[in-house]
Amino acid sequence: MTPTIEAVGLHKRFGKTVALDGLDLVAEPGQVLAVLGPNGAGKTTFVRTVATLLRPDRGELRVFGRDAAGQPAAVRRVIGLAGQYAAVEPAMTGRENLEMAGRLFGLDRKTAKRRAARALEQLGFDQRDVDRLVRTYSGGMRRKIDVAASMVGEPRLLLLDEPTTGLDPRSRLELWDAIRSLVEQGTDVLLTTQYLDEADHLASRIVIIDHGRVVAAGTPKELKSRIGRNVIEIHARSAEDLTRVAQVLTYPDVGEPRVEEATRRVSVSVESGTGSLRAALGSLETAGLEVDDISLRAPTLDEVFLALTGRGADVDTAPQSQSREGVGSRGNS
Amino acid sequence: MATAEAQMERSTKLSPSTVAIAKRGILKFLRTPQLVVLGTIQGAMFLLIFRYVFGGAIGVEGVSYVDFLVPGFIATSVLFIRMNAATGVAEDLQQGLIDRLRSMPIPRSAILGGRALADSAELVWGLAITTAVGFAVGFRIHGSVAEALAAFGLLLAFGFAVEWLFIALGTLAGNPQAAQGFALLVFPLTFVSSAFVPVETMPGWMQSFANNQPITYLVDAVRALTLGDSANQLLAHSAGWYVVRSLLWAAGIVTVFAPLAVLRFRRS
Repeated sequence: MTPTIEAVGLHKRFGKTVALDGLDLVAEPGQVLAVLGPNGAGKTTFVRTVATLLRPDRGELRVFGRDAAGQPAAVRRVIGLAGQYAAVEPAMTGRENLEMAGRLFGLDRKTAKRRAARALEQLGFDQRDVDRLVRTYSGGMRRKIDVAASMVGEPRLLLLDEPTTGLDPRSRLELWDAIRSLVEQGTDVLLTTQYLDEADHLASRIVIIDHGRVVAAGTPKELKSRIGRNVIEIHARSAEDLTRVAQVLTYPDVGEPRVEEATRRVSVSVESGTGSLRAALGSLETAGLEVDDISLRAPTLDEVFLALTGRGADVDTAPQSQSREGVGSRGNS
Repeated sequence: MATAEAQMERSTKLSPSTVAIAKRGILKFLRTPQLVVLGTIQGAMFLLIFRYVFGGAIGVEGVSYVDFLVPGFIATSVLFIRMNAATGVAEDLQQGLIDRLRSMPIPRSAILGGRALADSAELVWGLAITTAVGFAVGFRIHGSVAEALAAFGLLLAFGFAVEWLFIALGTLAGNPQAAQGFALLVFPLTFVSSAFVPVETMPGWMQSFANNQPITYLVDAVRALTLGDSANQLLAHSAGWYVVRSLLWAAGIVTVFAPLAVLRFRRS
């Protein structure tokens, strides 16, 4: 079967910045592929190349077997793009925006109306909201209407560039639900994200990229078996305790504990969830160590990078950083 | 794969996409009160100030100042109405709307064409308001109705031309704030022209700019077409002379800036 996306040795540079440095990637039909990476890894450049907005300097890119550089018109007919910004008209209602998108996809008026109504329903829009001007929407609703607009043309491949960046947790969950329901209906999705948990929730395959090339790829399960499913993080009460806490957390079956002196934190990758947490609590108590805080969480992108490449992501990765990747529409890489 | 092929082959026509994009532009204008109301008030205030505050101090030979002023005011309002295109284009680029449109199966020409169509509608509206305010402060047409309509047509044609200048500026600016800054070039073009004061009253070096820049030709063409016989006392040449030069300038502006806009647009 023709792959949904097939990228071979993609190169793209902007002036001195190398955005894509020989990227190889295959997305199979029926898949949600998540491209995971820090700011500046080349995620947006890759999506924009698939969306025919950029031409690669070198390499080949096929979308459903069509050459993205040579036959952009054919590619445009089968894709829907929702970028990092809500590219909808604030002075139009949600419904009007979707109907406009339908008309732009070449649908007749009646079909555009029908598809718009369907997309609104698929994304769980409230009837009261669809006829309000988009400028009265919350950030989450804007993103949702943006995703809906990219669906009206019933694309075979939906491109979502950091769909949940900058959203509050509730909107994020809503959008995840919406994306999942699309996938169930058979749309292939290419998604970029900075969040491991997002890729884990939505994707059937994850490709981790950095500096414009693939550093790791696999199913979420495969990747997690390499990096541990969860992380236990302990906030030590005093700096003197750090070493002892780290010793207590050294078990044969888990990874090396990481000690961050500046923040007095010790973290360790673990396979199981609450079981490991309970064991850790027990060990701390046996050792007579008091801690300020102990928590169980998903690994951050930084920890994933460390586990897979032996070094952290080259960025100031506050794991839930809500900053957008690049501000200008062109300066992104 | 059958449906996929059908989807691949589905052709997308030019006109509905252009119309859809134009409709968006018009709705945006109508539903943004700042654009409609403020634009109108700003224009009216400008005219009132010149008519009643400065007007008394400005002497013009041959015609009353209101008849001198209003054609100048209407002609320069074309620039002020059209300068929104620069910020509009920059905004659409920045907010990803253009990316979305460019990833869709529509001709690239529809994106700029739709905008130009919507902006032309806006220009007609703006000119109608400006003209109405002009009449309200005492301007009267002294020539024929046909000439007045020709003046209106000329203004639309010129507006279409400067649209490309502002679209090009918008694509060069990259963000709405910078675009707004670029668009300030309308001020020297507006004021260092024959629009509000006779060019002869300016210093010599400035006169050579004022006499040869497009707005002066446009303003004088509108005067020649609306002031009837009294225009002869004010202007050295016939209406045709000014009209031809205005249109040549318009053609020149389109020739330079339309390709630049399209080029910048493709690349961005």
